[in-house]
Amino acid sequence: MAKTNPHVDVVMIGLGWTSSIMGMELTDEGLSVLALERGPDQDTVPDFAYPKMADELTYGVRYQLMQRPAKSTLTVRHGIQDLAVPYRSLGSFLPGNGVGGAGTHWNGHTWRPQPNELRLKSYVEENFGADIIPDEMTIQDYGVTYDELEPHFDRFEKVAGISGKAGNLNGEIQEGGNPFEGWRSDDYPLPPMKRTLNDTLFRDMAASEGLHPFPLPAANASQAYTNPYGMQLAPCNYCGFCERYGCLNYSKSSPQTCVLGALKQRKNFAYRANCEVMKVNLASDGKTATGVTYIDENGDEVIQPADLVIMGAYSLHNVHLLLLSGIGKPYDPISGEGVVGKNYAYQMNGGATLYFKDKHFNPFIGAGANGETLNDFGVEQIDFGQEGFIGGSYFNAAMTNGQPIRNMPLPKGAPSWGAEWKQAVQETYGHTMTIGSHGSNMAYRDCYLDLDPNYTDDHGRPLMRMTFNWKDNDVRMTQFMKQKIDALSKALGPDDYKLSFKDFDSQYDVRPYQTTHNVGGAIMGSDPKSSVLNRYLQTWDVHNVFVMGASAFPQNLQYNPTGMVGGLTYWAAKAIREQYLPNPGPLVQA
Amino acid sequence: MSAKLDNASRRGFIKGSLMMIPAVTVGSGVSLTAKADEPPANLADYQPTYFTDDEWRFVMAACDRLIPSDGDGPGALETNVPIFIDKQMEGKFGHAADWYMKPPFHPDVSPLFGYQSPLTPREVYRKGIEATQEYCQAQHGKSFAALDHDLQTQVLTQLEKGDITFDDVSATQFFAFLLQNTKEGYFADPIHGGNKHMASWKFIGFPGARASYLAWVDQRDKAYPLGPVSLTGERG
Repeated sequence: MAKTNPHVDVVMIGLGWTSSIMGMELTDEGLSVLALERGPDQDTVPDFAYPKMADELTYGVRYQLMQRPAKSTLTVRHGIQDLAVPYRSLGSFLPGNGVGGAGTHWNGHTWRPQPNELRLKSYVEENFGADIIPDEMTIQDYGVTYDELEPHFDRFEKVAGISGKAGNLNGEIQEGGNPFEGWRSDDYPLPPMKRTLNDTLFRDMAASEGLHPFPLPAANASQAYTNPYGMQLAPCNYCGFCERYGCLNYSKSSPQTCVLGALKQRKNFAYRANCEVMKVNLASDGKTATGVTYIDENGDEVIQPADLVIMGAYSLHNVHLLLLSGIGKPYDPISGEGVVGKNYAYQMNGGATLYFKDKHFNPFIGAGANGETLNDFGVEQIDFGQEGFIGGSYFNAAMTNGQPIRNMPLPKGAPSWGAEWKQAVQETYGHTMTIGSHGSNMAYRDCYLDLDPNYTDDHGRPLMRMTFNWKDNDVRMTQFMKQKIDALSKALGPDDYKLSFKDFDSQYDVRPYQTTHNVGGAIMGSDPKSSVLNRYLQTWDVHNVFVMGASAFPQNLQYNPTGMVGGLTYWAAKAIREQYLPNPGPLVQA
Repeated sequence: MSAKLDNASRRGFIKGSLMMIPAVTVGSGVSLTAKADEPPANLADYQPTYFTDDEWRFVMAACDRLIPSDGDGPGALETNVPIFIDKQMEGKFGHAADWYMKPPFHPDVSPLFGYQSPLTPREVYRKGIEATQEYCQAQHGKSFAALDHDLQTQVLTQLEKGDITFDDVSATQFFAFLLQNTKEGYFADPIHGGNKHMASWKFIGFPGARASYLAWVDQRDKAYPLGPVSLTGERG
């Protein structure tokens, strides 16, 4: 018999970036807010305190801060006729675990989308004609515009203390910033980070090639900073233990460093760690939620009544919970009907590794998001009609770490063991830099999420099933980027370099780490027939359930998702505060 | 009795490489914590917890081929890599404690879908070593450790390429774990049992757990001058 907790106004599932922000916004309204976090509690002290973070094996290789597949995973297959098998050990993507979520262990690359990425389908049709969209491609508009989101991007950047250089202030192009970005009402709150050797080499080369390099917008503080919540960041010390680690120095923007210290002070906020939500409970008419059921730290089942449910788990878990809770119609790839699970997308990346015999890069001097970038080949810069694909990328020359178990690029032809391997390690370590291409991934009819018929978790719930593979449109995009990066690599004059890009025979491989930018499945839009959420991230079918996060993206941006996720969260919070709370009900009439 | 004999033979086996280790100077001799004063284990005296004596001889010999002492830089034996691997067998990795290990298993799907075996890594080692030893006896009339270096290298290469196949364990998976764990033990912090006295970090120029470089970021294209420190405060 499940225990029933006292009622709260708002229950939030997960306690990462989105629930932290939503917690501040909704406690401002005087509501009682409870967050339920599946993983452990964790904070800078004691969990990330020096020196224990500086342990590559424990955190970088054995994934101490990540989701354990033993507790939660999904199955994967390439096509709708295939048998899906479990993602048994982590590889391609690394969902976070515990308070702070993926916002604790990320690198901190913080971007806004280009304005037309938010209305991609309309943009393509208007500029290149609907004919260029392949039959199986199911791209959509987000249903919200860049202009509407701009104040919320600005707010998130100020809360997170982003280091960068504006390229477009109220329509005026700024030298040294990204001339291809959407307009900004204000500059970044902190100046760019210090430049490492790879940055300066890439910047000078790119400028001489007529391109427009600029510093990567970084959620790593370049200076001491106090954010609007009174939270303080310390200047990044370039420790070289950023992605996969909690920040030991209060420098990486995270829920812990930017929000939770302030939120925990509020008497109308509470959170419980080690509490895993099983499902959202619906009223008998299925039109409203009554709260959630979770398993607490003792393994007991608890019913938590609430008036408003905020789903703030990782994107994949949001979709899984919607499917398990029966909110929204599950997507069917054969008929194309239904919405939940539709348009799962990933990220199309590639890159070059360049070896310079006589240069010292000191790769261990690094931060998650220090680097030089360019956006000359972005979504808005490419003639899709001429090039034969839809999409775009940004390039970056970043130096995040020199941890030797994983960061040991060797020249072409070097053996993987033996005396010659050891010699290659000695000759190469510290003498390489990279140029990465970080690109969009479109949505397709047969790339989607549903419940697996064969595998279950410890609670007997079906695992989610991911059906995904690379498509020619996106391979053409990355092959275009390969030619550009090949030329830029040559222009840098390395002693040797090698390229790594997907090709037309590439299939999705779950083993090597690629990126934790899993998007879609609970997408936002303008029509309940083709989206799970309306433009305010409210579910069309159950008006008191709002779903945060990158699961709302109808296809993936060329950029890392967190800047967009942060902006969308503030946008949704404003709608809840100003429209929903005074008059609870659907914010958009279907 | 047999343990004593094994230890003696073990010492004989690694004597050559141990003789080549230069005396290690532990920085200023000042330790940040008491733990730093604890010297790392002596490989020749180490009693494996997971591996049997026969398995241990295999692990030692295989590690010595994967990262040999030849040429510049330390090898796997001077850096206690086998000790690291033995400890990993007893930890979460060896037991696949964090992995989803529920049936049904489909080990024959494309390798693109990652690990799909019902065996834990420590079971893969146990079965893989046994099968490799049987192969060596059948083909060469000796155990792996008794083969000369060239033959050992040949057998490891056959495992890596799948030129040898076994009934109850994947030879390529066995080799992949062995190589992965050998490199981990070589480069991981000494707190995990390998990388004795941070010898691999000194070899490549990785400063270990220093993790503070604000003063050095702008000093571009100069070799970083300071040696490594470990999690327990050892300085090298």
